[in-house]
Amino acid sequence: MADGTMVEAVRPTYLDRKGFLSWALTLDHKRLGIMYLVTIMVFFLFAGIMGMLVRLELLTPGKTVMGPDTYNQIFTIHGAVMIFIVIVPGISATFGNFLIPLMIGARDVIFPRLNLFSYWIYVGGALIALVSLLHPIDTGWTFYTPYSIRTGTSVIPITFGVFVMGFSSILTGLNFIVTIHKLRAPGMNWHRMPLFIWAAYSTAVIQVLATPVIAITLLLLIAERVFGIGFFDPAKGGDPILFQHFFWFYSHPVVYIMILPAFGVISEIIPVFSRKPIFGYKAIAYSSIAIALIGFLVWGHHLFVSGMAGWVAKVFSFLTFLVAIPTAIKVWNWLATMYRGSIDLKTPMLYALGFLFLFTIAGLTGLFLGTLAINVHLHDTYFVVAHFHYTMMGGTIMMLFAAMHFWFPKMIGKMYGEAVAKIAFALIFIGFNLTFIPQFIMGMEGMPRRYYDYLPQYHYQHVLSSIGALVLGVGILVMLINLIYCIFKGEKAPSNPFGSKSWEWQTTSPPPTENFEEIPQVTDWTYGYGKKN
Amino acid sequence: MAATSVEHLHSDGHFVTPQDKYSSMKLGMWLFIATEILLFGGLFAVYAIYRAKFPEMFFNGRDELSLLLGTTNTVILIVSSFSIAMGVTAIQRGKKNLLTFLIIVTLLCGALFGVNKYFEYTAKFHHGIFPSTDIFFALYFMMTSLHMLHVIVGMAILFIIMIFNMKGKYSPSNYTAPEVGALYWHLVDVIWIYLFGLLYLVA
Repeated sequence: MADGTMVEAVRPTYLDRKGFLSWALTLDHKRLGIMYLVTIMVFFLFAGIMGMLVRLELLTPGKTVMGPDTYNQIFTIHGAVMIFIVIVPGISATFGNFLIPLMIGARDVIFPRLNLFSYWIYVGGALIALVSLLHPIDTGWTFYTPYSIRTGTSVIPITFGVFVMGFSSILTGLNFIVTIHKLRAPGMNWHRMPLFIWAAYSTAVIQVLATPVIAITLLLLIAERVFGIGFFDPAKGGDPILFQHFFWFYSHPVVYIMILPAFGVISEIIPVFSRKPIFGYKAIAYSSIAIALIGFLVWGHHLFVSGMAGWVAKVFSFLTFLVAIPTAIKVWNWLATMYRGSIDLKTPMLYALGFLFLFTIAGLTGLFLGTLAINVHLHDTYFVVAHFHYTMMGGTIMMLFAAMHFWFPKMIGKMYGEAVAKIAFALIFIGFNLTFIPQFIMGMEGMPRRYYDYLPQYHYQHVLSSIGALVLGVGILVMLINLIYCIFKGEKAPSNPFGSKSWEWQTTSPPPTENFEEIPQVTDWTYGYGKKN
Repeated sequence: MAATSVEHLHSDGHFVTPQDKYSSMKLGMWLFIATEILLFGGLFAVYAIYRAKFPEMFFNGRDELSLLLGTTNTVILIVSSFSIAMGVTAIQRGKKNLLTFLIIVTLLCGALFGVNKYFEYTAKFHHGIFPSTDIFFALYFMMTSLHMLHVIVGMAILFIIMIFNMKGKYSPSNYTAPEVGALYWHLVDVIWIYLFGLLYLVA
């Protein structure tokens, strides 16, 4: 920036340098966080449109706008892109990158070059995955064998793309773990770290330990198609259920990669807008670790009806109930934090409350599905679809939106428009419930997931669901337009508009490239609200 | 390059001391090694399951493998691990040229390993044995080729370290990269020893 035009009070920020290369080759964790966020939102909109097309097709029984084969492809694209490209890095790569160094009082992550490399691997993997759009895959996002070995659609590009993105996930996780171990500011011991850091740390552990397993699984699937190895092919003595075990050994822990950062975000938002210290700090911190560990042991609950010894199913069912405990501990502590607090219903807090409502439904319906007898009835019905949309959309994406509002002033240096943001929240919340509550009911009544056609008895629920999807879509558009408008026209934000005590708010908005003029000396945790300063 | 002086400070400014850099890089590499073990762990699981299911297939398959070439390759990799470990000791004592020499020895071992693998593979193809032959050979080809890929990556890492070493980047007070590179090479070696045992030896 030309110095002559700058007023004295204006501090240099990380956004100052302009030009494509200054972004594309940046080593700055804050810029990389923004780049991830923008990339992910583009894919989110794309996959969201696919989801809308699914809802449009299901508006009437039989054919509405597309044939059954196209329908299979559309819901596969929706699922695969949402899971692998959007939600897995959804909060951890975006806000993880932006916040971790700021929150622990560091100048950057420990391996900035590796961080930049991870971003471009991610983009490369996503683009490879998109090659499969030329002849879109129709297996569903789970790529189950043996169909995924035999289908004529392009399985290889998308699985290879996911394989490549796995490297990005591993390297990002590795970077965060070492960063949190080595770069905490003086005085920031483990029990003074913000809870977002605990969540990010637990997430990173899963990213590092689970992702290699999906990597080898997808590699083997590709080898099945290219070389005809028979590990997963019953015609050659292989076992398709082995694929399911491999797949879910990653893909169940990965739901905790998706949700743990959301737990971190809400743990930051609730104390700020309740003006109270977080209740049960250690319980929330250690329950993140507990979820990360137990989460590795529950994958079998996806296979209850695939064929599994009875006692194994019982063990998996038990472990599934076990993982609900640390999750419930968290929800309880968030509620207790709000108790008798001075609650300020700004938009991030609204999303946090919405999250508590939706995620409680998500968690409890998860217990239904973890119960062996009920699982037989509900398996592969719309009940499952509604359940995981409550966790992924109602959980992760709601907290991603919350984070996009809460840290907007810090990232951009402008305030978001409060009134419009609240309207958008209302639309999203109502639209979301309208979309998925009917799906719970349909599922209970026996509507199978992924079906192109349905009996007339489900018609009005499908119509409600599709109307809900439309409201949800409008809400998301209103939210994004509001935020984009405020990037350019928003009011200038002060350093700490919400009065947070966390370290990222103790520097200017937007922060300078080196984050802090001087590395902070930490003497206390960051949740000391309602006391002397 | 967009790296300005600020960004330079940014990327290297953390490492207050070489000790910090050393411990961070090492932690990073150990984590990466954990991911590699899980990657191969998937294949080991496949191996365990199908060996239990088809013991005869594994027995017959093993007989088709060349024990001579397999043993030779094992010896070669152990020698290479020894030479790179000596190389790390050499740079710790400031013997820069000795490190370069020992990396060259390691790289030659890696190349020799690859040549032997090439002969093994072509012999299999001549006998009409392919990954699609049966599950044992599918495992054999998947495991050994994935391992070969790691040998190549390890050689690339060591080659880069050798170039930097010839430019005088390392010294008794800064030998992080050679040590971390060597750590990776040892992993490649250790995985091979397991593969050798599982594929060539186990009855």
